[in-house]
Amino acid sequence: MSKPLKQIHLAAHFPGVNNTTVWSDPEAGSHIEFSSFAHFARTAERAKFDFLFLAEGLRLREQGGKIYDLDVVGRPDTFTVLTALAAVTQHLGLTGTINSTFNEPYEVARQFASLDHLSDGRAAWNVVTSWDAFTGENFRRGGFLPQDERYSRAKEFLATANELFDSWQGDEIVADQDTGTFLRDAKAGAFVHQGQHFDIEGQFNVPRSPQGRPVIFQAGDSEEGREFAAAGADAIFSRYATLKDGQEFYTDVKGRLARYGRTPDQLLILPAATFVLGDTDAEAEELAREVRRQQVSGATAIKHLEFVWNRDLSAYDPEGPLPDIDPDLGEHTIARGRAQVRMYRDPLATAREWRERASANNWSIRDLVIETGNRQAFVGSPATIAATIDDFVQADASDGFILVPHITPGGLDAFADTVVPLLQERGVFRTEYEGTTLRDHLGLAHPDARTNADAGGADLGKRGERVAS
Amino acid sequence: MSSVPSALPSSAQLHLAVALDGAGWHPAAWREPVARPRELFTAQYWADLVAEAERGLLDFVTFEDGLGLQSSHFIEPDGRTDQVRGRLDAVLVAARIAPLTSHIGLVPTVVSTHTEPFHISKAIATLDYVSSGRAGLRVQLTARQNEAAHFGRRTLPRLDAYDSPATQDVVTELFDETADYVEVVRRLWDSWEDDAEIRDVATGRFVDRDKLHYIDFEGPHFSVKGPSITPRPPQGQPVVSALAHQSVPYRLVARAADIGYVTPHDTEQARAIVAEIRAEQALAGRAYQPLHVFGDLVVLLDDDPAAASARKDRLDALAGEAFTSDARVFTGTPAQLADLLQELASAGLSGFRLRPAVLGHDLPAITRGLVPELQRRGVFRRAYEADTLRGLLGLARPANRYAASTTGAAAAADTAANATA
Repeated sequence: MSKPLKQIHLAAHFPGVNNTTVWSDPEAGSHIEFSSFAHFARTAERAKFDFLFLAEGLRLREQGGKIYDLDVVGRPDTFTVLTALAAVTQHLGLTGTINSTFNEPYEVARQFASLDHLSDGRAAWNVVTSWDAFTGENFRRGGFLPQDERYSRAKEFLATANELFDSWQGDEIVADQDTGTFLRDAKAGAFVHQGQHFDIEGQFNVPRSPQGRPVIFQAGDSEEGREFAAAGADAIFSRYATLKDGQEFYTDVKGRLARYGRTPDQLLILPAATFVLGDTDAEAEELAREVRRQQVSGATAIKHLEFVWNRDLSAYDPEGPLPDIDPDLGEHTIARGRAQVRMYRDPLATAREWRERASANNWSIRDLVIETGNRQAFVGSPATIAATIDDFVQADASDGFILVPHITPGGLDAFADTVVPLLQERGVFRTEYEGTTLRDHLGLAHPDARTNADAGGADLGKRGERVAS
Repeated sequence: MSSVPSALPSSAQLHLAVALDGAGWHPAAWREPVARPRELFTAQYWADLVAEAERGLLDFVTFEDGLGLQSSHFIEPDGRTDQVRGRLDAVLVAARIAPLTSHIGLVPTVVSTHTEPFHISKAIATLDYVSSGRAGLRVQLTARQNEAAHFGRRTLPRLDAYDSPATQDVVTELFDETADYVEVVRRLWDSWEDDAEIRDVATGRFVDRDKLHYIDFEGPHFSVKGPSITPRPPQGQPVVSALAHQSVPYRLVARAADIGYVTPHDTEQARAIVAEIRAEQALAGRAYQPLHVFGDLVVLLDDDPAAASARKDRLDALAGEAFTSDARVFTGTPAQLADLLQELASAGLSGFRLRPAVLGHDLPAITRGLVPELQRRGVFRRAYEADTLRGLLGLARPANRYAASTTGAAAAADTAANATA
């Protein structure tokens, strides 16, 4: 008996503050005006996507002590723009990246519960961590958190937020105008949490939202990040968009779920994926080469090399060979406010590997940066891209993709018009939304506050059936 | 450049705002047949209210908020189940309504005591983007111990009485922190110059980093480096407002706000309050900056004054006690309210924030009864005359405090105010 076809999940990442976004293109619009976000969201909804995704960074990036000016700079507040988008869409999920270090559970839980109410059940939270004093300079706490405590705080933050979401079970508001009873229970929303990072108690003031809890995303790739996801996330925003790496990651993470009493369908793996479409494969390849040159100017190439070298390399020619000197292995000081610098855990080995690859292929610094960092995940005609995406998902390299267009706000339009219909013809992508909430789109159960409350509210693995409403 | 005169002739244009909260400001409002108490947590409920306010050409609506359940007690939870409890985040309610409206200002409450000025600054800037220049904020602090326990970051002493010396000390410190908070929020709005985004293809630079500014704020409660992650909002500075009942908050209004909401119960009180705020304004070096002082009034409006009184009696009976408020409670006809507003305006108030006792009844009575009455008297607009909230309030778009060449008295005064902050 052949395996039934997996249904693909698709999402749209608003082109953001990094060099995959091509701002110099004549078609590139505003990254801040609401009309750009509305256009992008409407395209994603027209294409029946599962959700829209927003990244976040809480301090403008700096390199060499100066604000980094080569990429798009500036973005709106995540909660505010997502909630406004709820007014111009009806089905599209709304996923926001919100930091667990420079926020407090009571406030973040209020914001997600409010977003979920105001969008009729479409909220999702990509939980990220941060520890650096650099970002902390914008906040009351400053850079207080030791690096090794970031996941412990994130875990406790999420568990605490879940306790707050579950502090209302959904039937407290009676609003009986005749008897004058508004609340069934004076203790609605009561909570007590005592832990290493949070010692709080009182009453949560947002009644239970349509999804109960927002859908939880996790984006880190470390061992701790994978465990964090296996224990408590609904989806992973990963970066493995090639077949072999994707399958390894998929197998590894899905294999961890049983330990938490969870089944493989309770955690979706959704890699970020860039793409370039053309009428033919050859045309797309040509276009993709051009886009990569736009994404990685000579100046950008030098800056990216500095992430690994942790040195000022401004004297090097981007069209010339890689530096002979080795990376500075001291504390990373050159680039601040970037997650990428943490990817290179052994800079000496990376530098050695890059020199070998550059010399074997006769690559300049700029060629090297393009080849190691900016190869698009999918390049081809609509038919080629549809087939590739389908193959990846059916081969368990992912459960779908979070697409990252390189143009704001129209970079998703052609994909919606040409690739999505082909996936629908293949019978692997919805032609209409079947449910109303993001949990419905993703095939995730609606959590039951009572089940979770019985388990102390902190057992992230338990998932009950949807509360009858 | 327009400004707000310190006393208005009787024919001067009035500004009108409505304060939205739950089913209305009377604790029994939710029990009226016209109320929709089961819909308080839906977008449609708020969208309908703001659409009605916009139909009445009001300047703006405010949205109440708080970091704990509502309470009839001034400092602690009351455990009551017979009144509306629970609410959505006010900034997000405003954001949800912004794309559905086109002229009315949207002014959510933000609580300064337990939140981050960096987050709120970008949230209100973003509200200004999604509303194309119609955002403001109403800043509020909280001295409630139970709300502090929701955050676990600071402890506040238990306050015994509203006006005891101990309470005053605590509240004064919280107001000082709030003044710092507003200062940080405002500096962050200016931390990007308007033309910082250059998209210079020749040099590959998206922004001119010389036009992005560290704000380097340092104070006893927080230090904030900046710049904001969000570019300067469409209005430059969204409108800042605060409710004030006594000298310490009057000082906050005078130092930091564009609008102060005050609660005089008669014209004489109104005149005294306005004089005190104007004096504080001069001390803060902002004498030449426009600063609106709005009167807050709870209103119950009916075409027959006896009907309005009877309605209040009925609501009081449902609530089990006579309704009292920090603000004067008005019952009567739209024409009587128009008389009162014009009389109070003669004491120097430039507008009013009306708190409908029952939103489903008194909001339409304002938009369909009071507003036409004021229009007949020639003191209220017949069409929206501006696209931004600052525009509706007669406030110019301010120069950026960090821009190299600033012009105008407003910018100079602003700089002076910052030097003393």
